[in-house]
Amino acid sequence: MTTLNRRSFLKASALSGGGLLLSSFIKVTDTRPPVVDKAEMQMVFNQLNGFVKITADNVIKIMSPNPEGGQGVKTSMPMIVAEELDVDFSKIIIEQADLDTKHFTRQFIGGSQAIHQGWKALRTAGATARQMLMEAAAKTWNVPLEEISTKLGVLHHKKSNKSAKYGEMATAAAQIPVPKDVKLKSVKDFKIIGKSQRNVDLEKIVSGKPLFGIDTKVEGMKIAMIVHPPAMGLTFKAVQNELAIKKMKGIVAVFPIKIFNDDYEKTFFDTTQFNEVVAVIGNSTWEVMQAKKSLKVEWKEAEAYAEKRNMNGRKTTLNIPAGLESSADHAKKFVEKMTQSANVRRKDGDIETAFTNAAKVIERTYNGPFLAHNCMEPMNFFAHVTDEKAELIGPLQKPEFTEQALSARLGMPLEKIDIKMTRLGGGFGRRSYAHWLIEAALISQQVKAPIKLIYTREDDMTAGIYRPAYAAKYRAALDADNNLIGFHVKVGGMPQSPLAPNRFPAGAVDNYLAEDFTIDTNLTVGSYRAPHSNFMAAAEQSFLDEVAETAGKDPIAFRLALLKRAKENPVGKNNDYDADRFAKVLELVREKSNWENTKATKKLGFSAYFCHDSYAAHVLDLEMKDGIPIINKVFCAIDCGIVVNPNAAKNMAEGGIVDAIGAAMYGKMTFTKGVPDANNFHNFRMIRHNEAPKAIDVFFVENTEDPTGMGEPAYPPVHAALANALYKATGKRLYQQPFNEYLQT
Amino acid sequence: MAKYNLKINGKTQQVDVDPSTPMLWVLRDHLNMVGTKFGCGMAQCGACTVHLDGNAVRSCSLPVSVVGKGAITTIEGLSADATHPIQKAWLEHDVAQCGYCQSGQIMSATALLKNNPKPTDADIDAAMSGNICRCGTYLRIKEAIKSVASPLTPNGGKK
Ligand code: FES
Ligand code: FES
Repeated sequence: MTTLNRRSFLKASALSGGGLLLSSFIKVTDTRPPVVDKAEMQMVFNQLNGFVKITADNVIKIMSPNPEGGQGVKTSMPMIVAEELDVDFSKIIIEQADLDTKHFTRQFIGGSQAIHQGWKALRTAGATARQMLMEAAAKTWNVPLEEISTKLGVLHHKKSNKSAKYGEMATAAAQIPVPKDVKLKSVKDFKIIGKSQRNVDLEKIVSGKPLFGIDTKVEGMKIAMIVHPPAMGLTFKAVQNELAIKKMKGIVAVFPIKIFNDDYEKTFFDTTQFNEVVAVIGNSTWEVMQAKKSLKVEWKEAEAYAEKRNMNGRKTTLNIPAGLESSADHAKKFVEKMTQSANVRRKDGDIETAFTNAAKVIERTYNGPFLAHNCMEPMNFFAHVTDEKAELIGPLQKPEFTEQALSARLGMPLEKIDIKMTRLGGGFGRRSYAHWLIEAALISQQVKAPIKLIYTREDDMTAGIYRPAYAAKYRAALDADNNLIGFHVKVGGMPQSPLAPNRFPAGAVDNYLAEDFTIDTNLTVGSYRAPHSNFMAAAEQSFLDEVAETAGKDPIAFRLALLKRAKENPVGKNNDYDADRFAKVLELVREKSNWENTKATKKLGFSAYFCHDSYAAHVLDLEMKDGIPIINKVFCAIDCGIVVNPNAAKNMAEGGIVDAIGAAMYGKMTFTKGVPDANNFHNFRMIRHNEAPKAIDVFFVENTEDPTGMGEPAYPPVHAALANALYKATGKRLYQQPFNEYLQT
Repeated sequence: MAKYNLKINGKTQQVDVDPSTPMLWVLRDHLNMVGTKFGCGMAQCGACTVHLDGNAVRSCSLPVSVVGKGAITTIEGLSADATHPIQKAWLEHDVAQCGYCQSGQIMSATALLKNNPKPTDADIDAAMSGNICRCGTYLRIKEAIKSVASPLTPNGGKK
């Protein structure tokens, strides 16, 4: 379970012109075991959340510190502050904060952690501001503090029939010492949290107002694009027709840029597939696109190298081989690795004896391909770099880390770098690796002008940083009574392992072995919606379906029995999940989908997974028409603690389900001699309107647990729910993604 | 370069651009109308959808030279304050996640409803399948379209 040590620092100051400015810093030391993305989770977070401004003329502003990429934090984080502040949510102004390491930390998107980690901090920020306003009123009116109450932004003193808007007391409140302990509301008194609020940017979205990075425009701005090597494993050698390109209409400059210096020690998110690219700069996008097509560049094979990384002092080395890789060779490597010894990550009981004594042994191997993120807004960034300062505007997930990398690259102190965050047209992990911000800055520096760098879709899809490719071999041992007595998983990835060895069914089986391996590659990878879990859930939950079938048991009852065991008499101590909460989502989806009464007649697939501190279980109902699956309905049960913004959370679950069905059915990125086999949406198939489920019902477990992740947990169980339903409908088990290709064969 | 007088959202606008320039970039780069989005540049994603004489077209693949006297409508032309029935339906259904695809989705949906005020599910699928949403908001989009199409709610949107 999560252990958090919290210390809070709150600071009040007066606004110029009168009013209260409350900054609230909450330090969070995250000491959880590295369950998701090891590098990401072992960090010590310094977190600040909440930034309340109340002017003397009663404008109430709540700053939203984290970048917004569709996960809804720009609405839900201010909702939490507003709840404790006791204001009318429809009347406050919500603003995206810039990257501001003085006032905020953990300003990033990742790991579905914004609400989870921000919960207490955001509430404390709101409650503290309210308390200070009340103290200011008590002092001004000369009445006891206990007699002051608030209602929707107004302070009241009943006995004297006095009342004042927050704004009227804001300047006085700024003089009040920040209270150390404030009382937070009890869950039953929540008025904003738990009531759906509409996406605060929606009016702008539906009327086409500039919101996204790609919409940035300033006076004198040039458009820049890059040309990167056509294959992974190649690097820059020379531009061959520079003069001809420069003569083209509207073209200003052509030159190579080097993203990271050779001696630079990379940190968490400094991944880039191509360290040297050619920049083309011109007056308009279309002119630059034409020049880009005419540009001739000589490339050469890159040499093998050891990439040194420094993750908060933890030094690692990644071996990057030379060569032009093909997917066919990758497949062979996975097969080979499966026969070799791997790293034992967890071992319980006596696995060898269990398999020797088994009445039945089931063994299956699963594969998942590389995937491109394909955010709808292609990568882009605005930069204006002068000798004095660097101004950057655009969409990114990890501004603080990227700012550090840029500072090192430009040799410019952090104080001179200003990063403004725009709404992200999708992130899904891809915008954590903001090499394009550095590219934009270097281009601007060299052309001495403000520029906006835009990737074409082709640049975006073929610039590396994919979901890793994976393979997993599962083995299960059943005794004569069909009890699961042994469970063995051996899994690997290129170049990262997806294994979380202490997740279910660890803890529920006496004899358990989890091992992993990695395979070196010169393809770059990065977090992809529900990193690693997106594959582990697919493989494990497909496998458990087959094990339950072999055991002659109902797939839900089979898992519930294991969870009961894990709760009552767990094997080992380090199990990541709460078996009770996990079981509840299984029971909830079983009930809501009417599983028991329909499983014999309908083609239903079940799957459940725990990750990002939340629990999710799905039942997927489909039928085949002319060899094509028609998904009638997906039932989804989730336990993410208190649901802050129910309709938005439902939207996240629906989106996660649709997105995951698309990835499972159609998603793949393969390579031929280093060249990506897909480069745009005509050859990278995305799920479309007609392929989405006809209906999705989302049910939340009602409880008073602190809220946990919602951006990702609905995603991982989808693949297996789909595979298991497809098995019911076609009699065919699916072991490889994308399912569409293997359904036909 | 050539001069074009374009009819956009009821106003005539002059631009001086290369004849091959797609309307998408005319709008975004030359006329500062950034509601129309770039997604793929090859008529595969629908992010750049506008209307040409009332029909949904992909502006990334529509050279300015072929527009002629055609009337272009962009997302900005529906209404400036999100009061068009479709925009209202989008608000009521809280459709968007990241929102990047949504102006294209809305333009495809308005063209559909103009030509077919009571579309069936299959009609909606057929008209909307050129619009990708990576965030997966398809179900809400369909609900929003149906709410405007529904005979019970002639003024756009149901509660
Ligand atoms: S940008 Fe025009 S269809 Fe994708
Ligand atoms: S809302 Fe993000 S792509 Fe559609």
